[in-house]
Amino acid sequence: MNIVVCVKYVPDAQGDRGFEADNTTDREAVDGLLSELDEYAVEEALKLVEAGEGEVTVLTMGPEDAVAAVKKSLQMGAHKGVVVTDEAIAGSDSVATSLVLAEAIKKIGEEAPVDLVLTGLASTDGVMSVVPAMLAERLGLPQVTFASELTVEGSTVRIRRDDETASETIESSLPAVVSVTDQINEPRYPSFKGIMAAKKKPVETWGLADLGVDASQVGLDAAWSRVVEVSARPPRTAGEVVTDEGDGGSKLAEFLASRKFV
Amino acid sequence: MAEVLVLVDHVDGDVRKSTLEALTAAARLGEPAAVFVGAGAQGAAEVLGRHGATTVYAVESPEVAEHLVAPTAEVLAQLVQEHSPAAVLLPSSNDGKEIAARLAIKTSSGLVTDAVDVAPADGGGVQTVQSVFAGSYTVTSVVAQGCPVVTLKPNSVPVEETGGGAATVQAVDAQVSDAAKAARITERKEKAASGRPSLTEAAIVVSGGRGTGGDFAPVEALADSLGAAVGASRAAVDAGWYPHSSQVGQTGVSVSPQLYVAAGISGAIQHRAGMQTSKTIVAVNKDPEAPIFELVDYGVVGDLFTVLPQATEEISRRKG
Ligand SMILES: Cc1cc2nc3c(=O)[nH]c(=O)nc-3n(C[C@H](O)[C@H](O)[C@H](O)COP(=O)(O)OP(=O)(O)OC[C@H]3O[C@@H](n4cnc5c(N)ncnc54)[C@H](O)[C@@H]3O)c2cc1C
Ligand SMILES: Nc1ncnc2c1ncn2[C@@H]1O[C@H](COP(=O)(O)O)[C@@H](O)[C@H]1O
Repeated sequence: MNIVVCVKYVPDAQGDRGFEADNTTDREAVDGLLSELDEYAVEEALKLVEAGEGEVTVLTMGPEDAVAAVKKSLQMGAHKGVVVTDEAIAGSDSVATSLVLAEAIKKIGEEAPVDLVLTGLASTDGVMSVVPAMLAERLGLPQVTFASELTVEGSTVRIRRDDETASETIESSLPAVVSVTDQINEPRYPSFKGIMAAKKKPVETWGLADLGVDASQVGLDAAWSRVVEVSARPPRTAGEVVTDEGDGGSKLAEFLASRKFV
Repeated sequence: MAEVLVLVDHVDGDVRKSTLEALTAAARLGEPAAVFVGAGAQGAAEVLGRHGATTVYAVESPEVAEHLVAPTAEVLAQLVQEHSPAAVLLPSSNDGKEIAARLAIKTSSGLVTDAVDVAPADGGGVQTVQSVFAGSYTVTSVVAQGCPVVTLKPNSVPVEETGGGAATVQAVDAQVSDAAKAARITERKEKAASGRPSLTEAAIVVSGGRGTGGDFAPVEALADSLGAAVGASRAAVDAGWYPHSSQVGQTGVSVSPQLYVAAGISGAIQHRAGMQTSKTIVAVNKDPEAPIFELVDYGVVGDLFTVLPQATEEISRRKG
């Protein structure tokens, strides 16, 4: 089974995230890393090929530094990596991102057909959870998302998906696009052996021209929605904090009553 | 005035509050029209009409209802083609966002997810407001390309009744491709109802974290005295104390209630991502240095096992 895992290079959520003058995410100020939520997709892909056979290719689109996300995945055990980077892609929205990723997946598939495209639940910076659905739409593949369990039997993929009201089993034929949640597994840490082995694994770097994507279709200028204003939320005015001296609960109730919650 | 399509979110015909919020928002952009997928459109026409919808496009086809998001996106794309609406609004649920994503690609339209406000943009299109990076920034965007597709965060727009009569139900003959039917739900187990309001819709949410040590009784008692939903931090969920469907935060549910009470929760960035837009925030925590206190309107440094029961008792007393 050939699996492509889409991984994103994101600013560290612990850092002080902000915006550039052109209202795009500031990707310089904060260190980047492999989006934690995409580690679950890498782990699930590795488990699937370890249980059977096949290859895991990790794919990222981003700045040159995004290769770090691919390297980390290779250290975990993925077989090869593809980085799509191009000056023109800076500021791309999810529509453009999904276009570039879809074209890259098609190109990866020219070598050997792709059976499964795995993604994370959401990017930890954008948190939109729309790229997987867009990929499915663009590739004309079935979409099976928010998997908290995943099994593949022959050419059928089956997942469990939970929401507030129900737990569902969803089935689809392969190839398909599947996104996984952080409930699905416990991502492994790269072993020393894994780190050494990763150095020899192939990583290809593609530009837009390699994918036949025109620069006008991506980047800030192509964005179908445009940010016109960004403002830092005024810091919440420091509220009142009291120390419980035996009447903390009553004081809390009083506060709630004063705000008409009781 | 152009129509604004609103995809109805309903549970077996019962229209969810997020839909009424979307209808209220839609009225700012044009003439709201509801799109109802599944059985029960006729029964819902009254409540939809009362909240501003003049028309309900009803898609009864079980094929659409049983096959997740792809067929619904096809139906909406068909309606966009036929009616050229000014915009399409959907609830920001998992399904809502995915349907929106596919619809945007199909119709070459701009997409904004998790908007907390919408308005007509100068020069055409829709202006949206979003709260990003765990609520630390407010972003205003304009979507002018195609037919703007916007998903709305629940609890962001106050519901207004317009006094309209029942909406006119218009059956839609939906064409669903085979490709859209490739993924299907083969089994569905309903969860036992907790008897409490739904987490995303509740006006008040009381959440417990690792500090509960696994005993959610004081959290639940306070929630019940306030008529609130119960939430949990990931630490509490990972420990198996509360179901994952109750997890608030980046990888759980995002809530925006009038009041959020965090008990025994430190306030990690991933937790904040899911609750920071709450209107009023209250915390009870033993540790005065807990980051959650940076966010609160009111905080009590103390043991939740004494503070919560006392508050619950006082609230019940006041309620008589
Ligand atoms: C990729 C990723 C995604 C994540 N997604 C989420 C998410 O969606 N939601 C989420 O919540 N977290 C999420 N987390 C985890 C998050 O980083 C924190 O670990 C988690 O929120 C901590 O939960 P907590 O506050 O309950 O526990 P802790 O941080 O351990 O805090 C417990 C608090 O309880 C207090 N306490 C202890 N005993 C008492 C008592 N008797 N009375 C009063 N106070 C007491 C302590 O002082 C402490 O502040 C995610 C992490 C990662 C890496
Ligand atoms: N630039 C990117 N490169 C590779 N994968 C991406 C990129 N952006 C998003 N993805 C994938 O799509 C998932 C959902 O992203 P999003 O829709 O942005 O929340 C992520 O978890 C990744 O698997």
